[in-house]
Amino acid sequence: MSNIEETLSEEMYREHILDLYKSPHNFGDLEGATHKHKGFNPLCGDEITVQLIIKDGKVQAVKFKGQGCAINIASSSLLTDEIKGKTTQAIMEMKTPDVLDLMKIPISSVRFKCALLGLETLQKAVQGSEPDGNA
Amino acid sequence: MKIDNSRAKQLRLDFPILNSNKNGKPIIYLDNGATTQKPQQVINAISAFYETQNANIHRGLYKLSQEATEAYEQAHAFTEKFINANPHEVIFTSGTTDSINMLAFTLPEITNGKNIVLTEMEHHANLVPWQQLAKRNSMKLKFIPIKDDFTLDYAAAEQLITEDTAIVSIVHTSNVLGTQNDAKRICALAKDNNAISIIDAAQSIPHSKIDVKRIDCDFLAFSGHKMCGPTGTGGLYGKHDLLEELPPYKTGGDMIRSVSKENAEWNDLPMKFEAGTPNIAGAIGLSEAITYLENIGMENIEAWEKQLLKYALEKTQEVGAITTFNPGVEKSAGILSFNIAGIHSHDLASLLDDDNICIRAGHHCAMPLMTKLGIPGTARASFYVYNTTEDIDALITGIKHTKQVFAKGIPK
Repeated sequence: MSNIEETLSEEMYREHILDLYKSPHNFGDLEGATHKHKGFNPLCGDEITVQLIIKDGKVQAVKFKGQGCAINIASSSLLTDEIKGKTTQAIMEMKTPDVLDLMKIPISSVRFKCALLGLETLQKAVQGSEPDGNA
Repeated sequence: MKIDNSRAKQLRLDFPILNSNKNGKPIIYLDNGATTQKPQQVINAISAFYETQNANIHRGLYKLSQEATEAYEQAHAFTEKFINANPHEVIFTSGTTDSINMLAFTLPEITNGKNIVLTEMEHHANLVPWQQLAKRNSMKLKFIPIKDDFTLDYAAAEQLITEDTAIVSIVHTSNVLGTQNDAKRICALAKDNNAISIIDAAQSIPHSKIDVKRIDCDFLAFSGHKMCGPTGTGGLYGKHDLLEELPPYKTGGDMIRSVSKENAEWNDLPMKFEAGTPNIAGAIGLSEAITYLENIGMENIEAWEKQLLKYALEKTQEVGAITTFNPGVEKSAGILSFNIAGIHSHDLASLLDDDNICIRAGHHCAMPLMTKLGIPGTARASFYVYNTTEDIDALITGIKHTKQVFAKGIPK
């Protein structure tokens, strides 16, 4: 038999997720960004751009922008809140469960890519050394 | 027999998956643009081949191989007749993508000309192979624009297709907009300019009567799995003289007449283009799908899908705050792309899935079209012969529920 979980997708659309979708945190352009990356979800065509100011190996400021679904926008909001002041090393060590912990909702397997686009894009931005790198 | 709700429900009984449940709920399948479900007749034909006729074709001198060869050749003949092609004018391929790639790699051998004309509503399958050809041979791509009503700008096409045009390849029915393009008109323009004309019929052949002589195209590509046939099947129609002229794309066994250490002589059509052991069971399944569709009648299928589209357009209008991307029933097949204000298509698709309502969400492998429309993607419901107005009612209920969830959010 199929292993597809029987959790309803509706469980993902909690108030706190939809609030972030409608009013995302850290959304927009970041002036003086030292690091930047544009990430795509080839499955749906969504794209987000993450911009950072990194000084002495620590995140001073971060913003993201783009078009995406509620899961993508909410996870990017929570993630950008979470990493302020963190070291680049700590960011590079973040993994899937860290994102899921932040979101506090059950993510169905088909939506994992939506939930993780923010982290993937953030890590690529951090890796890019030059300003506007990989943008 | 004309199709109505009760006839559609009767036809649905032929499709095992549509009579099954997932998590205790029925499946409401509205993603027929991606692939259609398979009737028992097709499933049985494939099983019967493996159970009673399986052997390789064109080689064995024993009865089993002769039977398999006859069944395979009959599948060719059925497919040719289905689109009003002459004998040996259809090559079996793994589908539309395979057919178009074959042309993109072989046509440069028999054409000159500097540019390739496509439309702004191409699926990636009829875009990326030509982009690659343009890069390899320093050719230029040109795109027939879309007007505000989601139809092609034929006046612009007349300007774009010129004596410098080598190839004109257009989608017959848009997988996003549903727009049914005037293939005959575009092919005539190509012919006037001595360009090769190609029709991507992936979304038209399952839903309407295709007559390659009436369209007067040089080539026509299609997939079997979008017309009740098995995945990995499809074909490429080509005019006889062009197929004779065209070099083979793949070489190897079965496509040769004689081989020496240094040279090979090609086999007759269509074997010249079907190197290796083909998808024999698939071809037999495809042939059974064609028989199934012809028994229903392609005109009846098209008419019913337009009725479903009309119903869906009315119902979505009633809901409000829904943008549709469709040229209207007269000019569209049974495909409806739409967006709900403030709700991403992926979120809608996930919430609909809670009730086993299957729709497509995203860019539909037509990213340049999405860019043109200024949107990241759409939700898309696409209909087939077994869909009913009740399926659309279920979709509308799901849309209303999604709007409620997004208005409030479910409590913690």
